Amino acid sequence: MSKKIALIGNQNCGKTTLFNALTGSSQHVGNFPGVTVEQKRGFIKKHKEDYELIDLPGIYSLSPYTSEEIVSTQFLLEEHPDLIIDIIDATNIERNLYLTMQLMELNIPMILVLNMMDEVIQSGNCIDIDGLQERMGMKVIPISASKNEGIEDVITAIEKTIDQPARHLDLCSGPVHKAIHAISHIVEQKAHDLGLPVRYCVTKLIEGDTNMYKRLYVNDNDKHIIEHILEGMENESGTDREAALVDMRYSFIEEVCYYCVFSESATKEQVRSEKIDRLLTHKYFGIPIFIGIMLLIFYFTFSLLGAPLQDLLDQGITFLSDSLLHFLEINDVAYWLRALIGDGILAGVGSVLSFLPVIVILFFFLSLLEDSGYMARVAFVMDKALRKIGLSGRSFVPMLIGFGCSVPAIMATRTLASDRDRKMTIVLTPFMSCSAKLPIYGMIIAAFFPSKAALVMITIYCIGILVAIVSAVFLKKTVFLGEPVPFVMELPAYRIPTFKNVLLNVWDKAKDFIHKAFTVIFIASIVIWFLQSFNFTFDMIEDSSQSILAAIGSYVAPIFKPLGFDDWRASTALMTGITAKESVVSTLTVLTQASSTVSLNNALATIFTPLSAFTYLVFTVLYMPCIAAFAATKRELCSWIQAILTVSFQTGMAYLVALLIYQIGSVIL
Amino acid sequence: MTLDEIQPGKKVVIKSVGGQGLLRRRLLEMGLTPKTKVMVRKVAPMGDPIEVFLRSYVLTLRKDDASKIAVEEVKDE
Repeated sequence: MSKKIALIGNQNCGKTTLFNALTGSSQHVGNFPGVTVEQKRGFIKKHKEDYELIDLPGIYSLSPYTSEEIVSTQFLLEEHPDLIIDIIDATNIERNLYLTMQLMELNIPMILVLNMMDEVIQSGNCIDIDGLQERMGMKVIPISASKNEGIEDVITAIEKTIDQPARHLDLCSGPVHKAIHAISHIVEQKAHDLGLPVRYCVTKLIEGDTNMYKRLYVNDNDKHIIEHILEGMENESGTDREAALVDMRYSFIEEVCYYCVFSESATKEQVRSEKIDRLLTHKYFGIPIFIGIMLLIFYFTFSLLGAPLQDLLDQGITFLSDSLLHFLEINDVAYWLRALIGDGILAGVGSVLSFLPVIVILFFFLSLLEDSGYMARVAFVMDKALRKIGLSGRSFVPMLIGFGCSVPAIMATRTLASDRDRKMTIVLTPFMSCSAKLPIYGMIIAAFFPSKAALVMITIYCIGILVAIVSAVFLKKTVFLGEPVPFVMELPAYRIPTFKNVLLNVWDKAKDFIHKAFTVIFIASIVIWFLQSFNFTFDMIEDSSQSILAAIGSYVAPIFKPLGFDDWRASTALMTGITAKESVVSTLTVLTQASSTVSLNNALATIFTPLSAFTYLVFTVLYMPCIAAFAATKRELCSWIQAILTVSFQTGMAYLVALLIYQIGSVIL
Repeated sequence: MTLDEIQPGKKVVIKSVGGQGLLRRRLLEMGLTPKTKVMVRKVAPMGDPIEVFLRSYVLTLRKDDASKIAVEEVKDE
């Protein structure tokens, strides 16, 4: 059995950098069970299987409110790690030590890693490491993770500390301290029997955690005594129990800092950050600069770099599949098998794989924004715009990326600060019309609204945004009840992102995407191909109107009658659109047997009226995203059921809105 | 006076922290405890949230939440 080591710390303290430095390439990414919180595990270099490092989410405290805090606390209490590595930002010791104080209550061996020491020293400030070690009662290791300095010292400290018992420290003094001792006597035995750290249990009781009262079977008599003790404490300290507890911790920290941290001035990075922010969060320039940065990223991702790379990859895949098919043909492989490989698997997976350059480039830029500290500023600048719908500024970036492609947008929600925000953003993002839907708009507009192209486009985009807003309000009042996580967020100092972190992040996303392409998308491609190429007697068909898919299309077509389009070709195209949105266009072209744009326009005129063509557009904007986005949704939500509910909701909204527009439109026009 | 009413550039000291539940706990835990010195640095372009400096780091919070924090001005030493 390998020893378990938990890595924990605040956000923005360089935890990921240390994790990467300690584990190298051995890491693998998963989720904590049941929530969208990411969990990374890896083995510590040189120790191979002996020491497993588990990266806990970046949190500021162990209070039981957000899912990040809950999974971290659960992990620490129930999985009994052999050691905690608590990493803190040395330029911001005071607030970082708060979590340390809570961790110390858990009675698990700990080492304290002081990151960003280079910044402290360069600014002429200094920290008395020995003094800190003495006062905190644990090993303190100064490092600079981004410069790879001190990593060996951390490993040495792990080796030395891991089998040592946790040092008992009786910190603090004053009324809270007295109360803690008094209550300890009451619950000590029960906590011990349950294998829970006593001091942790007591602080939970002081905080009024009803679960802890139940867990420890505190009877009414003891409850009464505890209440009495706490009232005494409140009287003596002149404040309520919650504030008194926090205050006790901060008072201790202030004392430690007074004796051990000598900072004459703000660090260079802090001074620099203030200067940068004068521009980037400027009253008038802040928003235009943000929009400019996003436009630039879009331009790089979707046209300058992405498009040619995508074409290149497309050509490569086409070349490979052509050669493979030719090879199969000269070797007399059965026609159906060649069709399966060529039209099913290679075409399906290939078309999705060609998105890879876009994903890689986009996440390269997003990692830069995240690691530099700019993403927090985006949240600061854009928060007000998203507040009314129950989200915070942090959700703005994924939603914006949604206009490019839903897949990276959904993947980008992983950086959001709370489980609730992540889920809500995942549901709403596909309403932002993605670029793959443009060919559909092009086709319909050319056939029905050639003179009002711009107006129709803007209307379609606005309908998407509007539906997202309405859905958000609806979800806030039904599914995502309860208090949103408050928007009280650190604005970290700007730092130059490390190349290694950015690369690893991009690699993670690329790996994730390739994995999806060969699992969910692979299977979906085969299924759709089968439905498209066979009839109910399982004979391969030449004419696509004879296929199972067409039959299903005809079968479901009446459902769309209230929306104005009950032609089987329209509904079949919607179904193939699930593989990739562009397929709506190719399917309609094939099924109408149109050989030119003119004949396509004429054929479309027999399927749609201008009004129903418009409702068809509205439906395509809103209904379930493509299979790749579905796979991303499933991956991030970590649940098939929730993913299916999400796309059902999206399709339901599409139906409802299209229905309203068609019915009202028919009356007015 | 509450924290949301303070002009950017002014330094204040926290008197008490109101609100309840998750919000109050979060405010306290981020270091906004009584007697802490806070400097209001900035208001976001759309007029909300605000940016404050305390315990040698920068924090942003919404005006609504900041209105739960009672403060008084301190004279520059």
